[in-house]
Amino acid sequence: MTTPGWVAVGLLGGAAAAARFAIDAEISARRDVPFPLGILVVNLGGALALGLLTGVALHGEALVVVAGGGIGSFTTFSTWILDSHRLHAAGLARIAWLNIAVSLVAGFAAVALGHWLGTVL
Amino acid sequence: MRSLPHDPRKLAAIYGGGVVGALVRVGLAEAGSTGPGQWPWATFAVNVAGALLLGYLFALFREHPPESLSHPFLATGICGTLTTFSTMQLELYRMVDGGYLGLAAAYAAVTIVAGYLFLRLGIELERSRQPEAAK
Repeated sequence: MTTPGWVAVGLLGGAAAAARFAIDAEISARRDVPFPLGILVVNLGGALALGLLTGVALHGEALVVVAGGGIGSFTTFSTWILDSHRLHAAGLARIAWLNIAVSLVAGFAAVALGHWLGTVL
Repeated sequence: MRSLPHDPRKLAAIYGGGVVGALVRVGLAEAGSTGPGQWPWATFAVNVAGALLLGYLFALFREHPPESLSHPFLATGICGTLTTFSTMQLELYRMVDGGYLGLAAAYAAVTIVAGYLFLRLGIELERSRQPEAAK
């Protein structure tokens, strides 16, 4: 990795974090449901995009920067887990489990779909 | 007049935390890259560590509502960006594609269970500080 590459990782990472926050806030404001829809959209969108990048065989430093610095920063694991904990603690165990199951399965499907799309493009 | 729906200082704090989280995660990933038949230690480590930290911060800021920018910087910024969902999913996909089905199932299950347990641990660690904080 070159120094400009690391700089790009940092700059993209910050932007991706801000974008994650803004999109989650916007969706949460529009859909007043206990299910953490904002983070789901962010995570599924990121998984799809990451699958696409690998499908078109982006490689080397470009892959590390865009996939790791960008998309990897955009999606999140910790918030996803915290959301399920908070749901469970609030007595919404079923939604807590749904959050885990739906994200896991749909996330995998999103990567697979993205990868396939990338290979046919 | 407001052109941004969010406080720009809050966005800047999130951005700053994102820079840190991204550099640590990608740095570790580059140092310890793994193939599809191997346990993705770098991703696993940042995800579990980030869950631990977020649990701690969740408990910390719940009892002390933040006026400062610490919460967006540390939680949304660092924890949110240090950890990753997409990379984990790609790793699972490569495992399945490579025929490592048992590894994929184990990786998914262990990541989620460990993430949850370390999040809870983080919360408990913060709570165990309370008798000290009251003095």
